[in-house]
Amino acid sequence: MATTQMRTTARLMLAPSVILLLIWMVVPLAATLYYSFQNYSLLNPITSFAGWGNYYYFLTDPAFSSAVVNTLLLVGGVLLISVVGGTFLALLIDQPIFGQGIVRILVISPFFVMPTVAALVWKNMMMNPIYGIFAWLLSLFGLPPIDFFAQIPLLSVTIIVAWQWLPFATLILLTALQSLDGEQIEAAEMDGAGAVSRFIYLVLPHLSRAITVVILIETIFLLSVFAEILVTTNGGPGTATTNLPFLVYTQALLSYDVGVASAGGVIAIIVANIVAFFLMRIVGKNLEA
Amino acid sequence: MARNVTTAKRVGWSIAAWFVALLIFFPILWTVITSFKSEGAAIAFPPVFFDFDWTLSSYVEVQERSDYLLHVWNSAVISLGSTFIALLISIPAAWSMAFNPTKRTKDILMWMLSTKMLPAVAVLVPFYLAYKNLGLLDTKLGLIIILTMMNLPILIWMLFSYFKEIPGEILEACRMDGATLGQEIVYILTPMAVPGIASTLLLNIIMAWNEAFWTLNISASQAAPLSAFIASYSSPEGLFWAKLSAASTLAIAPILIMGWFSQKQLVRGLTFGAVK
Repeated sequence: MATTQMRTTARLMLAPSVILLLIWMVVPLAATLYYSFQNYSLLNPITSFAGWGNYYYFLTDPAFSSAVVNTLLLVGGVLLISVVGGTFLALLIDQPIFGQGIVRILVISPFFVMPTVAALVWKNMMMNPIYGIFAWLLSLFGLPPIDFFAQIPLLSVTIIVAWQWLPFATLILLTALQSLDGEQIEAAEMDGAGAVSRFIYLVLPHLSRAITVVILIETIFLLSVFAEILVTTNGGPGTATTNLPFLVYTQALLSYDVGVASAGGVIAIIVANIVAFFLMRIVGKNLEA
Repeated sequence: MARNVTTAKRVGWSIAAWFVALLIFFPILWTVITSFKSEGAAIAFPPVFFDFDWTLSSYVEVQERSDYLLHVWNSAVISLGSTFIALLISIPAAWSMAFNPTKRTKDILMWMLSTKMLPAVAVLVPFYLAYKNLGLLDTKLGLIIILTMMNLPILIWMLFSYFKEIPGEILEACRMDGATLGQEIVYILTPMAVPGIASTLLLNIIMAWNEAFWTLNISASQAAPLSAFIASYSSPEGLFWAKLSAASTLAIAPILIMGWFSQKQLVRGLTFGAVK
């Protein structure tokens, strides 16, 4: 039973958030759109209308198609590792094990490591071809070391990013797993269902929503992977590890081409929106429940 | 009824789980160990795991050479500042939507969430240019503004979901007793929501502390928080692994501990309540 006065107050309290978020969203977006149609370089103060020129330039740049492919490979690779690995890890931790709490903490920890630290630790101490842990492990088997960032640059970045996101998937899936009805499993067990069919017919359907959520949320973050690339390969060798955000960054802050960078930004928005559309539907459904 | 598990099975699962967990944790453990080595021991091949002269010299040198504490201070000011400001803005909003919902509440919530979907790189250019003109490049204030706005939707969402769990009857009762709106918020709601607010705060601090897009692009030397400072170790001027490890250990330790405490609420916050 809200009075009119209450309603007014409620609106007033909501207003700052709405107004700030509106400004936060509309002003930079409008600016990006505006710049994307301008010939504007930080090196050259004269600007002029560019029409679709920036878009044409960005889309036909050979770096663009490779950036799209790299973005997809990176997102896809990390998703594959984190969802498949996360499911198995969650199942493993959910078993009756000693020190479950500590195991959980150990597994979730990489998620809290800041991206620049994760990338540098992996780049140097793990993947260094001369002194790194992998070089040492390979040498134990008499194998030659791998020069990770020269031979398999994109895969190396994928591994580093997956190391950060596998814990996230595990944590979410484990939480979902623990809400699974134990009696159902027991009943299935008594009816003679094996571990594999229990997994396929009971566990997996139960996890499907959590898996969808993991895929969508990770995709949003993975589409913007930046720091890991900046501190390990700087997009190289060549453009081997340049993804869409990194390409926009190169255009803006290294080539000072505001127009083209903005066009790239608009394209990044379009890609992100396609993903967001599906995520919002799932979250929205949940809001009604 | 608890499932009967044979001890042998339990030991087997435990060994497997611990093995995988330690494997995943290893890079962090290795960083901490390396931080206590001398630079020579850090690049020893084959690697030495425990049998070396443990020293704190890297920690001392990191501070002396790079003014490390300045970046710690920057990180603290930026993450705490942005969290605090965002909290002040989001509590009233979440309160309003949780207890005085209108037909549009759901739409507003969804719209707020949608602002999170905007890729940062899309608005890098206008922000960079505006900050350059306003003199906000490489300032703590500039980063606080961005991080506040970035995390605002998640804060509102989390607070909203915690407020929602407070039974409405309590509010009715205190309104009957003639409590004003201010009293209602300060004396009734806030104490009840403290656990929720605390975990929301933790998550927000963690995300602000670890943020590594804006910090790398907007800050240089003066306002650089740890995430940007550590990136300066990527220059190939030599192998300073012990110092890199010491700087890294200090940078991730507080957040790791916070994360351990908040992991349960984390799921809820990061999935916008879709998984509890």
